[in-house]
Amino acid sequence: MRLTLRIWRQRGPEQPGAMTAYEIDGISPEMSFLEMLDTLNEELILRGEEPVAFDHDCREGICGACGMVINGQAHGPERTTTCQLHMRHFSDGDTIDVEPWRAAAFPVVKDLVVDRSAFDRIIGSGGFISAPTGSAPDAHATPVPKPVADTAFEHAECIGCGACVAACPNGSAMLFTSAKVVHLNVLPQGQPERESRVLDMVGAMDEEGFGGCTNTGECAVACPKGIPLQSISMMNREFLRASVKGGGRNRG
Amino acid sequence: MALATRTDPERPAQKGPRQRPEPPRKPARRPSLIGSVWRSTVGKKAVMAVTGLVMLAYLAAHMFGNLKIFFGPGEFNHYAHWLRVIGEPALHYEWFLWLVRVALVASVVLHGVAAYQLSRRDLAARPRKYARRRQGASYATRTMRWGGVILGLFVVWHILDLTTLTVNERAEPGHPYQNVVATFSTWYGNTIYIVAMLALGAHIRHGLWSAIQTLGAGRPHRDRALKIASTAVAVVLAGGFISVPIGVMTGVVS
Repeated sequence: MRLTLRIWRQRGPEQPGAMTAYEIDGISPEMSFLEMLDTLNEELILRGEEPVAFDHDCREGICGACGMVINGQAHGPERTTTCQLHMRHFSDGDTIDVEPWRAAAFPVVKDLVVDRSAFDRIIGSGGFISAPTGSAPDAHATPVPKPVADTAFEHAECIGCGACVAACPNGSAMLFTSAKVVHLNVLPQGQPERESRVLDMVGAMDEEGFGGCTNTGECAVACPKGIPLQSISMMNREFLRASVKGGGRNRG
Repeated sequence: MALATRTDPERPAQKGPRQRPEPPRKPARRPSLIGSVWRSTVGKKAVMAVTGLVMLAYLAAHMFGNLKIFFGPGEFNHYAHWLRVIGEPALHYEWFLWLVRVALVASVVLHGVAAYQLSRRDLAARPRKYARRRQGASYATRTMRWGGVILGLFVVWHILDLTTLTVNERAEPGHPYQNVVATFSTWYGNTIYIVAMLALGAHIRHGLWSAIQTLGAGRPHRDRALKIASTAVAVVLAGGFISVPIGVMTGVVS
């Protein structure tokens, strides 16, 4: 396959950036998108140019490290992570636009790499449970109804890749935060911090400068793990419930 | 030893190494419920949802009232007069109407201010646009902001036209039926009204479903039903309002 790539190049956080065009040949349809970028980078290195910086780690779709906007879609045209996107979904001669996640809360570090530590701070504000340490409890010590376990698991699948923020026209982190809140708030283990968790995590999310939700649904379309849009509604319900209960009283 | 496990609410326990130095916590004075809801993006959206539903309830009553125009001037003008004497003798003449107006103005102002503040925030959250963008959201979703502004301007014209009668040239106070016919006998009256009602339908189609989501009632298994219901409400309301100018234009109402 012969492709024209237009990639966002930016030397550093404060530097100006621009879309830069590269011609690349000999791409096999079986390559993943990241392997295609590896091929480009090898050529760039041999030519003495700076390779394109991008995040990646597991390359099997479970870590959430990789992520770029490909032709205007977070993680490209398939519902998967960029590492699991294969070149067979493109045609010979295509022009492909590759951009970093664009959000005020995700500043560009270099080229396609953005700083997603805002997500870590949201998690730190409430994405945990307080449990006694020591030996593992018996599996049946705390009964969890199957539908609750399923809902919790569905939301625990979130890998924090940030595609929801990148796809949202408002750069909102509502889908990510709702996945974390719903995952823990439906489980019996999450009950002690049920109110403080949602209030603190929504507060942390707002502080990071993410936009608000306008229910466009772009996030749920982009999510490689299929977190449903209604998770946001479930978090809204938790937030309003906690606000009315004054649940912030025992925060911390 | 058991006492040592208690955490002092004024001084939160150390939660391990932090990347950012934490600013000193202010003395623990609980923010009020209204204050903390208004400051949060989720809470502000809830305010928009509730005020939107208040306005929607009013519009439903307004639309069904409008349909009385098809029963002739006597019945319509009698209905318009009754609106002014609701609640008598407990309420004075037009008091009920003024109560409704106060509630509506409060709703419009809260809805608009919240929308403005949230929109400013949303636009700031994406300082640089994408070079290429997938067009995904529906027309109704994409036009919520400007559609809302158009509806606000329409409300101003509508009040000047049929409440204060300022811009309605052939209007007479106390004859609402005749005034409605006068408005819809002009091309611009029809155009402004019908365009605004189509914008209203689009606004409600996304807005009602969105309000339900915002107030926390959205679930995957009932999403389809909620979307269909919102579209149905939008079509019925817009259609009901538009039937009046159509009636005047076709001579059914004259």
